[in-house]
Amino acid sequence: MSWETVIGLEVHVQLLTRSKMFCGCSTAFGDPPNTNVCPVCLGLPGALPVPNARAIRLATRAALALGCTVNGRSVFARKNYFYPDLPKGYQISQFDQPLAIHGGLEFESPERGRMRCGITRLHVEEDAGKSLHDRFPGKTAVDLNRAGVPLAEIVSEPDLRSPAEARVYLTTLKQILMYAEVSDCSMEQGSLRVDANISIRKAGDSTLGTKSEVKNLNSFANVERALTAERDRQIGLVESGQRITQSTLLFNAGTGQVRLLRSKEESHDYRYFPDPDLPPLVLSKEWIEEQGAALPELPDAKRERLVMAYGLSLEHARVIAADRAFANYFEAVVAAGAESQAAANWVMGDALAGYNAIGRFAVAPARLAELTQLVAKNKVSQQAAKRVFASDELADPSTASTLAVAEKLGLTQVSDTGALGGWVDEVLTAFPKEVERYRAGETKLIAFFVGQVMKRSQGKADPKGVQPVLAEKLNAVKK
Amino acid sequence: MTAAAIAREVGAQLAKADSAGLNATLHWSTECLEAEARRVDGMNTPGALHALPIAVKDNIVTIEEPTTCGSRILEGYLSPYTATAVRRLRAAGAMVACKANLDEFAMGSSTEHSAYGRVKNPLAHDRVPGGSSGGSAALVAADVVPAALGSETGGSVRQPASFCGVVGVKPTYGRVSRYGLVAFGSSLDCISVFGKTVDEATRVLAVMSGPDPLDATTVDRPPMKPAPAMASLQGLKVGLPREYFPTDLHPGVRAGLDRTVAVLRDLGATVSEVSLPHSKYAVPTYYIIAPAEAAANLARYDGVRYGVRKVGPEGNIGALYRATRGSGFGAEVRRRILIGTYVLSAGYYDAYYRKAQTVRALIAQDFQRVLGSNGVDLLLTPTTPTPAFKAGEKTEDPVQMYLADIFVCAISLAGLPALSLPVGRDQGLPIGAQLIAAAFDEPRLLAVAGLLERSLHGTEEVR
Repeated sequence: MSWETVIGLEVHVQLLTRSKMFCGCSTAFGDPPNTNVCPVCLGLPGALPVPNARAIRLATRAALALGCTVNGRSVFARKNYFYPDLPKGYQISQFDQPLAIHGGLEFESPERGRMRCGITRLHVEEDAGKSLHDRFPGKTAVDLNRAGVPLAEIVSEPDLRSPAEARVYLTTLKQILMYAEVSDCSMEQGSLRVDANISIRKAGDSTLGTKSEVKNLNSFANVERALTAERDRQIGLVESGQRITQSTLLFNAGTGQVRLLRSKEESHDYRYFPDPDLPPLVLSKEWIEEQGAALPELPDAKRERLVMAYGLSLEHARVIAADRAFANYFEAVVAAGAESQAAANWVMGDALAGYNAIGRFAVAPARLAELTQLVAKNKVSQQAAKRVFASDELADPSTASTLAVAEKLGLTQVSDTGALGGWVDEVLTAFPKEVERYRAGETKLIAFFVGQVMKRSQGKADPKGVQPVLAEKLNAVKK
Repeated sequence: MTAAAIAREVGAQLAKADSAGLNATLHWSTECLEAEARRVDGMNTPGALHALPIAVKDNIVTIEEPTTCGSRILEGYLSPYTATAVRRLRAAGAMVACKANLDEFAMGSSTEHSAYGRVKNPLAHDRVPGGSSGGSAALVAADVVPAALGSETGGSVRQPASFCGVVGVKPTYGRVSRYGLVAFGSSLDCISVFGKTVDEATRVLAVMSGPDPLDATTVDRPPMKPAPAMASLQGLKVGLPREYFPTDLHPGVRAGLDRTVAVLRDLGATVSEVSLPHSKYAVPTYYIIAPAEAAANLARYDGVRYGVRKVGPEGNIGALYRATRGSGFGAEVRRRILIGTYVLSAGYYDAYYRKAQTVRALIAQDFQRVLGSNGVDLLLTPTTPTPAFKAGEKTEDPVQMYLADIFVCAISLAGLPALSLPVGRDQGLPIGAQLIAAAFDEPRLLAVAGLLERSLHGTEEVR
């Protein structure tokens, strides 16, 4: 029997605001428990929510970046349930009239090539607080700093067909949201969270199977692992003649297994209804258009432009467009005078490695552009250029010239025949046996001599200039 | 007179009311009164309400005194902030005299549902003062304070004003900030005001009104500006909705209304009959929408963060909720939470909550049709079907209790301004007439009421 896996994802991202969704408290991560709280987010008697305009703006931009239709009128609703970290006994969310609907995400599926996953809806809501079960033995502590933090929930259609595909969807989604600067998408800090719905059906069936929802997924890799484990569990059940029951599962990253959190019978009736404290959210067509116009170039468009405008390969364009910072740096280096492929090689190589280590590009684009020019003109060897690039001097913002740094470090290349001839003579004197073998016809030893000259010159010799000098001297004696 | 002298006098009156057993206050102290007086006497320029003592219903938060909402679950609860309306009154020189008793969480029509005991009607101690703002109404009626804040969800100021023979004004929804009013039915709740006369109520309302950045449902209009006093009602069109004058209306109430109509005509107003056909659905509609909102609004009283906590035998969180809420809420509050939870449940939402919202819109449309450019300027109805009823008379029959609000509910659902004005007595018990206006037409509503009051005043039948 061949099975088809059907996956839909619900992603919560924290919107990049300084204050909470319905009050002025800070959204800072990691502050001492219950310090960023006020009557509103504590749910004190008589307090009322007031929507955060910036959160609405960011959610609208996220929706537009994901190709959604933003509704001119959406409604905040109360989602009712009791939990100690939910101060009001309800969460302010959106239900039947969300901020945005009908979007989609295009990406390369590892199995199916270019594909589009539909986005059902994007709505805004407030976060709950945090229950800490391991802080005091036998007790649960509640930290309400997070209560009221603004979130956008992005719900996909059940268009994904494998755990790997789900992972690519998430990577693509994160890339777009970070491009649009609506969220920092940090799973470690809880600013991006994923719940996954998964079911299986016989290949070719059009009806959906019974789904389970997997929670507690703390990395994209774990989303893929959890979905693989749950898919295999469901297939195992069905193939052994058992039924799948609708349930919510928790993933344990340690064991790689899922365990039952609650079955459908225990599921909540959230009793959604429009929040009477908040008038419907009315957004004008003009305002929505402004938000769309304010969006930066998104990854797909950026990739295409890198290919068209700079002649990069699609693969290189993909690496450079993966992060807006990479692409911006690349374009700045080219603008400062570097040839585009050379700039791309640097950005994807040493520059990216440095960025990954310290979270920023240390070398100014103009300095890197100069460095590529020095390499092109054989003033600095490729090897030496790496050392120039990694030097503290080049990273120093007061540095005015890459050439000066290379010279100060003694890493400029020597191509003067006179100087090269000195090193060549030394090498030929030091290796008489090899000279004889060369003269006997073993001409491939030329590479050995070049290497020795490079070594003796401490990398300063221009290898292209060394070869003719070597050949001349070797052949001259032979005559 | 200095504020200090006025505060001393109010203290004496409060003590007298307490010893008379009205049970109208929940918290007050000479220290707080003195502090209020010192603050007011120290103000550089006297405000619009200079040294006016005001009782505040105990579901409006103030930092100096507890806010219990008449409930065990908030026993001793101290708010860390003060309601916007109270802040504005204070800034205008008013003094908070006391926190007044009420039906628990403002749910009731007789102030018999307070966890701290029933409030007596000062005019007849065996009668109820109405509710849920019964404490505030009683304190004004007993001449302890000239004005008091109450709150309305479905008539909780107009109905007790009628029962106690004082003026009770409910503003347009959105006119006064709800920030700091403990929520019951958020789409209906309005901080409202009692006055010994229309004048006090008008002045207090003017100061409280205006948009508040802390309440997204306040309407962006400047504060209410009272209209100049009127001398005649020439040109004023008043409608009498026939549905509000049933054949079995209490004769004393009917007499009061007849007298009011006669005075209106004497003053030059045209009085005609109109129809509000959907008002008959107001009470059932109200008893779906208000409890639905209340069930959510009262979910926060769970014993986790503040208020009374009971741990429960099993020691887990479910037991804590059950024990805290089971013992913290009174029977009427529990009843409404259950109703509200039921009408929002999966499978029932469309039949109850959604339908109620549809009917609510129809009720509001009725008013829009009769009030305004093509209709009448104001509507006149009885405030209540009967004068104040006896304590205990309706406590065993919730539906009879709910029907005490039959003439006030629809106005709350429509979000309109309305007031109750004393227009007569029946066997010593006050009769109230209700005047209803179009949204934000409070200045005219209050000016007409002021003229009516002066015209009726001093006649044997009113006082």
